[in-house]
Amino acid sequence: MSVAVEPARTRDTKPRSGHVRMRSTRYSVDKPRRSVLLTVLTGLVLIYSLVPLVWLLINSSKTQSDLFSSFGLWFSGDFALFTNIADTVTYDDGIFVRWFLNTVMYVVAGAGGATFLAVLGGYALAKFDFPGKKAVFAVVIGAVAVPGTALAVPTFLMFSEIGLTNTPWAVIIPTLISPFGLYLMWTFASQAIPTELLESARMDGAGEFRTFFQICLPLLGPGVVTVLLFTMVATWNNYFLPLIMLRNPDWYPLTLGLNTWNGQASTAGGDAIFNLVITGSLLTILPLVAAFLLLQRFWQSGLSAGAVKE
Amino acid sequence: MTTASPPPAVLGTQPEPAKKAPKRPQKRSWSGWLFIGPFMAIFAIVFLAPIAYSIWLSFFRNQIVGGNAFVGLANYQQALSDSQFWSALIRVTVFLAVQVPIMLLIAMIVALAIDSGRLYGKSFFRISIFLPYAVPAVVASLMWGFMYGTRFGLVGNINEALGTNIPNPLSPDLILLAIGNIVTWEFIGYNMLIFYSALRVIPKSLYEAAEIDGASQFRLITAIKLPAIRGAMVVAAIFSVIGSFQLFNEPAILQSLAPNSISTFFTPNYYAYSLSFNGQQFNYSATIAIIMGLITMAIAYAVQLRGMRKEG
Repeated sequence: MSVAVEPARTRDTKPRSGHVRMRSTRYSVDKPRRSVLLTVLTGLVLIYSLVPLVWLLINSSKTQSDLFSSFGLWFSGDFALFTNIADTVTYDDGIFVRWFLNTVMYVVAGAGGATFLAVLGGYALAKFDFPGKKAVFAVVIGAVAVPGTALAVPTFLMFSEIGLTNTPWAVIIPTLISPFGLYLMWTFASQAIPTELLESARMDGAGEFRTFFQICLPLLGPGVVTVLLFTMVATWNNYFLPLIMLRNPDWYPLTLGLNTWNGQASTAGGDAIFNLVITGSLLTILPLVAAFLLLQRFWQSGLSAGAVKE
Repeated sequence: MTTASPPPAVLGTQPEPAKKAPKRPQKRSWSGWLFIGPFMAIFAIVFLAPIAYSIWLSFFRNQIVGGNAFVGLANYQQALSDSQFWSALIRVTVFLAVQVPIMLLIAMIVALAIDSGRLYGKSFFRISIFLPYAVPAVVASLMWGFMYGTRFGLVGNINEALGTNIPNPLSPDLILLAIGNIVTWEFIGYNMLIFYSALRVIPKSLYEAAEIDGASQFRLITAIKLPAIRGAMVVAAIFSVIGSFQLFNEPAILQSLAPNSISTFFTPNYYAYSLSFNGQQFNYSATIAIIMGLITMAIAYAVQLRGMRKEG
């Protein structure tokens, strides 16, 4: 129970003699008294976070004319959620489904690849000493601060030279790099894999790759899920990169497609389809919300590992 | 050890050899490159090459007479006396100075509240407040844009119902505030989670010791919790600074809902985008992007130095 207290950052390290005496009945650090006031105050932030999502849910059940004529935070008129969904996925020959599949493709290839590279790289940084390691750190950390456009414009020009723009590759290749994922995997791997384990595996004559895939990878589970989720979000939500790289709506991801639909209303002769924009938005966020909810115990533990050091 | 650490996770139970590892020098060898190599190869293609190309572009100018010519620092000089660039830079600086502290403060308060264990239903709080992070900037901006709208938005509803006259958040005077609200909404949960994760790993024994010393809740926060998560605060602050300087998505999407409020040089990033893709001025656009990169790096570095210095 009583572990030695690190004096590190606590100011007053008085002799802790009265250890046992104090722990009687009252509420302690482990079991604090619940506070209604604090719950209500934090509840305000909770409401702030959820109201827009509730608004989205409610309004995706309205027809376009009801959207304009009814109060935003309550249901009204016909319950049109299912017609809206049907209209969303069939509008313009089912282009929404195409966008959805594109997004899935970008996520699988881009986020999957990014996670793979980050896991390998983070493992190398955590467990190997190799020439140029310091340079790798410096370059990767420095690169995080470079703004998107500084990269996007020259990347666009380079890709258009070699004919990659307007193809899925133009979106997939740049998403393969996640400096944040690398950082997370590095901190995670340095804790999750005991160095002794590696040494004994090597002594047994296992090759580097075999050691990694058979011994280390299973230990990295929560870290991998965390990085995967965060790169997934980054790819699923990416707007800027596809915006500059793609011209052909057939390759659009959902984000770009939704914005095009929204833009229709303001173009001359365009068909205003706000109900479809709203329903499409709902369908766009559902998979990610579901992923976060279902995998929460993994990513939350993965994150707390990432936060330990530094 | 009193275990109140996160779920069944692997972490808490692992031995912690991490810190000790460097003491025993590993043999220096090239085999690490087997693993970092693929990352660095792609990194070179999508980060290093474009940055180098950008720098190269910024020294040239495409002139009507004479084509592509080396102009030295002329593009940089132009940028420094470009009032549109300055107005964009000042706008994001104001944004940064107001939005980031508010967002981080709320995130910190929520993280402390959840960590204190004094909330009813704390895991519901944690996951719900985090959820907006999973919403794409496009959807967030459209959603808030609609809600701001006076036509079928909430602002319109409220004005109608109460006879009030709340000004249109999408009007030129308020648009920056409206965008600040969207960004705050998107990232409170993310930052809260960074803080919360850092708070979770503070050894429980520290609290017990403080409790024995009779420290109040408030002292517990100021003397133990806040100093212990300084690293997380620095990381969150740096990410937020970078994010603010790169502001693009939210204004770009709101543009179609509020065309009169958002100019083509609303933020530096937007300006660089417009220069490239509407104006074909690639060289000048690259220059703007490089200047922003340098400013961002300088500020991120300063934040880091400041954060670390306090620690000493």
